[in-house]
Amino acid sequence: MSNVFIAFQRNEETRGIVDAILADNPTATVNEQPAMVKVDVPDQLVIRRATIEEQIGRAFDLQELHVNLITLSGHIDETDDEFTLSWKH
Amino acid sequence: MDMKVAKKLGLKDRYNLMTRDLAWTPTYQAVKDVYPYVEYEGIKIHDWDKFEDPFRMTMDAYWKYQAEKERKLYAIIDAFNQNNGHLGVTDARYINTLKLFLTGVTPLEYMAHRGFAHVGRAFPGAGPRVACLMQSLDEIRHAQTQIHSLSNYNRFYNGFQNWRHQHDRVWYLSVPKSFFDDAITSGPFEFMIAIGFAFEYVLTNLLFVPFISGAAYNGDMGAMAFGFSAQSDESRHMTLGLEIIKFILEQDPDNLPIVQRWIDKWFWRGYRVLTLVAMMMDYMLPKRVMSWKEAWEIYAEQNGGALFADLARYGIRVPKGWKQACDDKDHLSHQAWNVFYNYGAAAPFHTWCPGEKDMDWLSAKYPESFDRYYRPLWQHYAAEAKEGRRFYNTTLPMLCQTCQIPMFFTEPGDPSKICYRESTYHGMKYHFCSDGCKEIFDNEPQKYVQSWLPVHQIYQGHCFPPDADPTKPDFNPLAEVLRWYRIEFGRDNLDYEGSPDKKNFDAWHELAKGN
Repeated sequence: MSNVFIAFQRNEETRGIVDAILADNPTATVNEQPAMVKVDVPDQLVIRRATIEEQIGRAFDLQELHVNLITLSGHIDETDDEFTLSWKH
Repeated sequence: MDMKVAKKLGLKDRYNLMTRDLAWTPTYQAVKDVYPYVEYEGIKIHDWDKFEDPFRMTMDAYWKYQAEKERKLYAIIDAFNQNNGHLGVTDARYINTLKLFLTGVTPLEYMAHRGFAHVGRAFPGAGPRVACLMQSLDEIRHAQTQIHSLSNYNRFYNGFQNWRHQHDRVWYLSVPKSFFDDAITSGPFEFMIAIGFAFEYVLTNLLFVPFISGAAYNGDMGAMAFGFSAQSDESRHMTLGLEIIKFILEQDPDNLPIVQRWIDKWFWRGYRVLTLVAMMMDYMLPKRVMSWKEAWEIYAEQNGGALFADLARYGIRVPKGWKQACDDKDHLSHQAWNVFYNYGAAAPFHTWCPGEKDMDWLSAKYPESFDRYYRPLWQHYAAEAKEGRRFYNTTLPMLCQTCQIPMFFTEPGDPSKICYRESTYHGMKYHFCSDGCKEIFDNEPQKYVQSWLPVHQIYQGHCFPPDADPTKPDFNPLAEVLRWYRIEFGRDNLDYEGSPDKKNFDAWHELAKGN
């Protein structure tokens, strides 16, 4: 079992995104570093558009993630509603 | 009136229509004439349409998000410059990391732009071609934003002014330069494994994430802005690197041994370049976010370990030099900064001895190695400097033929003994810093015998300005080399202690407190 992770710039836009990730991934751990925030989850991390929209109170396109993204790891699968990172081993 | 509203296309449909669907097969010319570089490396691709960008980024979305990133970035840079940002950093020692970055890394961004434009053109598949086009545009954006961000520092600090000139000449800058020149002179598939996979996926986190987080920690909003803006593109680059390697391996079983050899080679090439990052993290940042060793454990051992465990299903194993790189994490930064301290007269940035508090931090982060091997060294240098004998090495070091780094790395398992390796090719002897670099040479000696090694070039007389006269009795070869580098002695080089940068920073801080 290995962690996948995603890191964002730490700002007002990503606060809601990180809260949404924590809501949808109960095993997530958050690591705050200067100006950035990194979220690790064992095996698989899911980001759901609907949860982000609830958190930030507006419509959200998952491709907006790119604006504040710093780095990630794992295989990506992206649809209109979900963005998933996973390892397959 | 009834109006039929067409349903908005989903991400997958949009990606198919706007990438593969826009491509065509040429008929006026044979396909192999249009894509002449795609076969000679021995990689076999049967169906290019099997490649798919998992982000499903199309050009229209690309422009939209990149424009937003640029607007954010330049707003921050304006604010930073308008508010005397150059004074807000923790200490002017920090500025030296930026000098190293601008001279060593920014020109590589430009070369990456050229490289991805070239391989994008070389691939017959529309999916990789579009992804390479985006990366090529990203890379020139990175070069430009770094130059813009750092230009403000050039108004106040020394050592930035000749970055482009120096990239092609200064001894340690041949390390990053030759790394990228090596990559872009490879075939398109090797370039993708070299830069897209080995560098972007396995190693780039080590370069950008702790460095840029460190910039923020040291009060440098300018570098933080360009760094994170660049890094937001990096996620796409890493994904391209990972997807392309899976794609190549899935296309034909014959591709595996070729790809594995490239992974072995490019992991080691990239790891050697990161030597500069190791010393930057441990010695050059006045306030440090994490040690090189900690960063290596998170981004290489844990994350890289997960990656290679995942690629094992294709038959891929960890790169050959992996274990040695992990073993060396206790020593790399200390040995590197020692060499830069030695050659502090020949580099366009300042070096210094770590202070007592710095050494206590290093000792806590490196309990296995610092007090035993490196603290005595720094104590010796500090005592010498106190007596007015700040040590500057005036002999030229022997360089590794492959990575071009001075031969200072130690034997695996014995940090008290310098590692030397050699090979003979056409009757000539070539020297290497490690088994990894020797093996890279032995696989392609005809390429690496052509290396432009700064020390050899100096001894051959190629590194003097045109008006230098070696026949004069007072001819000072090292001073002439510095002139050729366009390093102003006593201003751009030597110890941080006593430098104009330090004097200015202290004076400006006094002025900043009142009238």
